[in-house]
Amino acid sequence: MPEHDVLIIGAGLAGQRAALAAAQSGVSVAILSKVHPVRSHSVAAAGGINAAISVSDDWRSHAYDTVKGSDFLGDQDAIEVMCREAPGEVMHLEHIGVTFHRNDAGELDLRAFGGASINRTAYVADITGQAILHVLYEQLMKHSGSVERYEEWFVTSLIVDGDGCCAGVVARDIRSGRMETFAAKNVILASGGAGQCYKPTTNALICTADGMAQALRAGAPLMDMEMVQYHPTTLAENGFLITEGARGEGAHLLNKDGERFMSKAAPNKMELASRDVVSRAEQTEINEGRGVGPDGKGIYLDITVVPRKRTLEALREIVNIGRDFAGVDITREPIIIQPGQHYIMGGVKTDIDGRTSITGLYAAGEVACVSVHGGNRLGANSLLDTLIFGRRAGEHAALRAHDTAMPSVSDEHLRADAKRIEEIIARPRKGRRVSEIKEELGTTMNTHVAVYRDEQGLEAAAEAVARLKEEAASAYIDDRGTVFNQDVLGAIELGYMLDTAETIVIAAIERKESRGAQFRTDYPERNDDEWLKHIDVTLDDDGAPKLSYSPVTITQWQPEERKY
Amino acid sequence: MAKFKLRLRRYDPESGEAPYWDEHTIELEPHRSVLEGILQAKGRFDGSIGIRCSCRAAICGSCGVRINGEPGLACHTHLDEALARGDGKVIEVEPMGNMPVIKDLIVDMDAVHWKKIQSVTPWLLGREPVPEREYLVDREAMVDVTQSMACIQCGACVSDCLAMEVDPEFTGPAALAKSYRFVGDPRDDEHYERLKHLAEDPSGMYTCTHCFKCVDACPKGVNPMGQIMRLRRLAGSDYEIEDRNNGYRHEHAFVENIRRNGLLHEADLLPDSYGGKFHPNAVPELIASLPIVLRGLLRRKITPAKALLHPHKASKDLRALFDQIEEQPKRYELNLYVSGDDKDNEPLAGASEGSSR
Repeated sequence: MPEHDVLIIGAGLAGQRAALAAAQSGVSVAILSKVHPVRSHSVAAAGGINAAISVSDDWRSHAYDTVKGSDFLGDQDAIEVMCREAPGEVMHLEHIGVTFHRNDAGELDLRAFGGASINRTAYVADITGQAILHVLYEQLMKHSGSVERYEEWFVTSLIVDGDGCCAGVVARDIRSGRMETFAAKNVILASGGAGQCYKPTTNALICTADGMAQALRAGAPLMDMEMVQYHPTTLAENGFLITEGARGEGAHLLNKDGERFMSKAAPNKMELASRDVVSRAEQTEINEGRGVGPDGKGIYLDITVVPRKRTLEALREIVNIGRDFAGVDITREPIIIQPGQHYIMGGVKTDIDGRTSITGLYAAGEVACVSVHGGNRLGANSLLDTLIFGRRAGEHAALRAHDTAMPSVSDEHLRADAKRIEEIIARPRKGRRVSEIKEELGTTMNTHVAVYRDEQGLEAAAEAVARLKEEAASAYIDDRGTVFNQDVLGAIELGYMLDTAETIVIAAIERKESRGAQFRTDYPERNDDEWLKHIDVTLDDDGAPKLSYSPVTITQWQPEERKY
Repeated sequence: MAKFKLRLRRYDPESGEAPYWDEHTIELEPHRSVLEGILQAKGRFDGSIGIRCSCRAAICGSCGVRINGEPGLACHTHLDEALARGDGKVIEVEPMGNMPVIKDLIVDMDAVHWKKIQSVTPWLLGREPVPEREYLVDREAMVDVTQSMACIQCGACVSDCLAMEVDPEFTGPAALAKSYRFVGDPRDDEHYERLKHLAEDPSGMYTCTHCFKCVDACPKGVNPMGQIMRLRRLAGSDYEIEDRNNGYRHEHAFVENIRRNGLLHEADLLPDSYGGKFHPNAVPELIASLPIVLRGLLRRKITPAKALLHPHKASKDLRALFDQIEEQPKRYELNLYVSGDDKDNEPLAGASEGSSR
């Protein structure tokens, strides 16, 4: 049985950063991921990373913008930590090799981004996430002696011992089908978001809410789950992300009359208001008949106003996406976009060191909710979140490892999981396919738990999710093999997604106000008197979701009206 | 909507059976991707089809395959385009080449691709002392290395590398492009050591045969062969690394040969690459090449007259071109990111449209 002081699940930015930080203190570290690390979804982050590194900037300004962006639901102690530590982290990335683009003085260039009061987004063209992820992986290769890598291993459950401490995980080697129990003094969940609960989504096929559901089942609360971000610019054709960097570089949003409609919702910031505001404004245009495209469900993103040379240099990836996936030369004509599911602000509840309510279990990155994003995440704050809290979780877990004994773990969890997998493989081919249920879940969530929500729609979603859970219990698959049986993993992922979707829906029903990404047409106002609080979801003894509240931490910034 | 016939190369390592073809008809709009087609077949007909995939948008690099004979990403190849490549009736999808197959379309990238990446010291060896803030470097330098940084490690270039087929030890296009990412990075302190290593390695950068396969295969415009050529130019012209593989002298001999003759005079190239006909190093090489020369003569690929009395001489215009290029103060490099023609922008010196496909 492999034993590690710190075992990290997921090898995106949060996971890799955690691994490198933990390894620095000399403890035994392993990183385990269901895909090769450079395939992690952090690779798709495009626009950049925020940090107050300009001499005319201040981390407090970054923190205030983040608080305001969160619609005052973010915990300000955590936001302060993130923004204060941001410049140091970006410089660290620069020193280990990230090829940040420069200004004419040779310093890091900074671009404008949504919801920010000053240019503070460092970037590598529009492949910033890829560049950082690949550089961190370079560091993992460099430190291969001190960080063990389990690439293409799939976690089936977290192990919690009799004292309520996390003691390791059960995982399956995807390549051989072999199951293994990993004992660990500390486990850090860094396994990403839940985008595949939605269809369409900008998220990759691997973003199946694994860590959220694993933590929930193990007894840890999820927080802010109703806060699901719709990105204002996703390709109408198939939901692919068009970076906010496009608007940062000056691109316009136009309705069918050619009007820059953002002047109504955000007269000052226009296209660079925060994402919830822009997505709502777009949806309003579409709902009121001013959309574009064959079905009127799109909006024009006009990048032709950006000088062509600048577009080719700084927005290369979306030039490719436009050409390859929509047949449009974005330097010559507008492209049709729409709001699309992109990010979940909620996740496993943690403190500023990544600790969850379960001793020995940490979480960082999109899977976690610190909460620095509250009701709405600012663009280019997600990379920052993964790195700051990934590092802090790694450091804290390593520290804790020094005075913690290696837990002894039996193989009962492994046997239970192996049996569950055998049962799925042996299911008769009747009822529904796993893939059909996943499809229905995605369209249901995108219909009812989207930009605009109401009681009726949310209740319909709740019913649908409950039914799909029942159907999933007997849904069948085709693959009977052990080597790369992606089919059976898909069935387990479906379970993760359904459990997580249930918490999203139930929290959205609960919050009877409009704040950040949660806009209730039946409760259109923000209501600080009753709802300036987090909604936490746990499971009761019967495995049904149970709600409670926790306070929002306010340090320097009192809630005020939010205008852009 | 249109119907497409997909023929997938299947292999089940547990069955003990040989690989086989598996056909499915899928229905999608023609500009949808081959990956979407495969996922439809997987979702509707057979969940056991094995393919790595994640982002669907050509950024994660998971779904490298061969489609109607050409390597690339399944998510980045339109169905209609794929169909047009073959006989127009069926889209054949196979696993990538040069790497062992694990199952169906899934290959073992660790055994080949990642091992080669690991061999080029793939991390920054930063200049000391590390500054408190960022390293100050030229704006253009960072834009320049972004092209090699744009590599997503999909393996498409490795799949069809002809040099690697002949010499499996060849460092290969992806790892060499990765190497340029450091050699081109002004913050790195070991440019010379890196180049020296790649030049002296008998399966290093001089093993590339300029076949352009990797340039065609790359879905991200990284232009691996172009990066290899840049490594060679740096090693040969800037650092003057005279390697034991004779790559340096061969390149110089080639250039001189063209300058002199206009068209390549092959009989001179070999001895010149080794220092001239009478150089002690050239003699064994000339003797070793005799069987090839004889075979060429027998098959009338060459005639003694043509081989010895090269009829071409370089024209004045050609010589002028050489002079003109060599007089340039700065070498021009083609780069995808340094491009554009907007009149509102001051164009960069030598900037030109890259090899976008």
